[in-house]
Amino acid sequence: MSAVVKLSNVHKSFGALKVLDGVSFEVNRGEVVAVIGQSGSGKSTALRCINALETIEQGSIEVCGHAIHSDKLDKRALRLDVGIVFQSYNLFPHLTAEQNIMLAPTCVRKLGKKEAKDLARECLARVGLAEKADHYPEQLSGGQQQRVAIARSLAMQPKVMLFDEVTSALDPQLTGEVLKVMEDLARGGMTMILVTHEMSFARKVATNVIYMRQGKVWETLPGHQLENPSTPELREFVGSEL
Amino acid sequence: MPTFGFNHVEFLLVAALWTLGLSAIAFIGGGILGFVIALARVSSSALVRGLAGAYVRIVQGTPLLILLFLIYFGLAIVGFNNLPAIIAAGAGLVIYSSGFLGEIWRGCIESVPKTQWEAAECLAMTRWQRMTRVILPQAARIATAPTVGFLVQIIKNTSLASVVGFVELSQAGKLINNSTFQPFIVFITVAVIYFLICYPLSAWSRGLERRLNVGRR
Ligand SMILES: Nc1ncnc2c1ncn2[C@@H]1O[C@H](COP(=O)(O)OP(=O)(O)O)[C@@H](O)[C@H]1O
Ligand SMILES: [Mg+2]
Repeated sequence: MSAVVKLSNVHKSFGALKVLDGVSFEVNRGEVVAVIGQSGSGKSTALRCINALETIEQGSIEVCGHAIHSDKLDKRALRLDVGIVFQSYNLFPHLTAEQNIMLAPTCVRKLGKKEAKDLARECLARVGLAEKADHYPEQLSGGQQQRVAIARSLAMQPKVMLFDEVTSALDPQLTGEVLKVMEDLARGGMTMILVTHEMSFARKVATNVIYMRQGKVWETLPGHQLENPSTPELREFVGSEL
Repeated sequence: MPTFGFNHVEFLLVAALWTLGLSAIAFIGGGILGFVIALARVSSSALVRGLAGAYVRIVQGTPLLILLFLIYFGLAIVGFNNLPAIIAAGAGLVIYSSGFLGEIWRGCIESVPKTQWEAAECLAMTRWQRMTRVILPQAARIATAPTVGFLVQIIKNTSLASVVGFVELSQAGKLINNSTFQPFIVFITVAVIYFLICYPLSAWSRGLERRLNVGRR
């Protein structure tokens, strides 16, 4: 099976700070990979490199056939295949939930207004927010905003979804509703890479868990093995998070 | 010697219409040019950004009075003798307004969080789509209050247009005073008319600002 996402020996620095120090991993179709690790270990940077929001200095990244490290990368074509959801939702505040979702399908995929509206309704229903279509972001709770952000990304029908600590800004009771949506997506066969601090979620949903430390992939193990790490560092990390 | 009377007030009101007309030219022309400048200031091309930046610095660094002289006499030198006052005054005020509005609006565009650009970029939107569908609608909300505020400045600055022979409200006051020698009553009347034009705009601008601040709690 060929990998949907493949990083090989990726290096990335911000000035003198080495953030990714030879990162390699693969994600196959339908797999869910959870990336865990201390704050500052390079998890967000890795996701941002996969989506070409950051450039890399060395190594290669292939995503759905796009060579991210290449000068000839067509970023817009890449973004049609990759969806990303951020910790801070980043909804467009001047648009309603439905309009947020309709925007890219109408102006990028050139859907008609009616089609885009139906699509938006369908995506909102998938995240359990059909009745909030006409609400503006500021009228929604954090959890609801994050679910709209997921729906907005889904509406572009990406082949891979990236999630960067999408529940970290939420209260525990709102975290659950967002994790539920992500679990449904995973069960539906979506290829996903998610940076998370939710160990029980990673254990339950992730095909593989990648533990990052000091810009390196320190250990990789199947999600259900998360209680039995081989490295002492991951053992300590899991212990501190549980 | 005539005393200040109804026909003088009428003369001032007509001159006030010229003030409003010149302000409208300055605001609309300066708005269009300023919008282009603002977009150029945030362009992806360093050359375009640099040129627009130089334009803004030159315009903002030149007193409006000098700008008006330069246009009036400069255009005469290149062959446009006896330029109608409204053209010279209009051109000067358009250039002046474009420099300031361009800079005000650039600030508004840049105050939209970078994460909004990123979110739109990640949805495969083109740079132009990101700008027109995501950034500008948000920047416009932020821009309304300072823009109305600057409109008040334009109205007051049209009084300088008298140096190129344009008879607007303050120049009309001067002319009446020259014949009546009643400066106090004449310029009080002039000031009242300016106030009646500008105060509602200032109040509106402050209202917009308050509403916006409440909206962004
Ligand atoms: N744009 C940036 N400029 C400079 N340093 C950055 C930038 N983004 C991240 N960093 C630094 O890179 C390191 C890794 O950051 P990040 O990938 O966000 O880690 P994580 O998501 O694992 O917490 C941190 O030390 C962070 O301060
Ligand atoms: Mg992070």
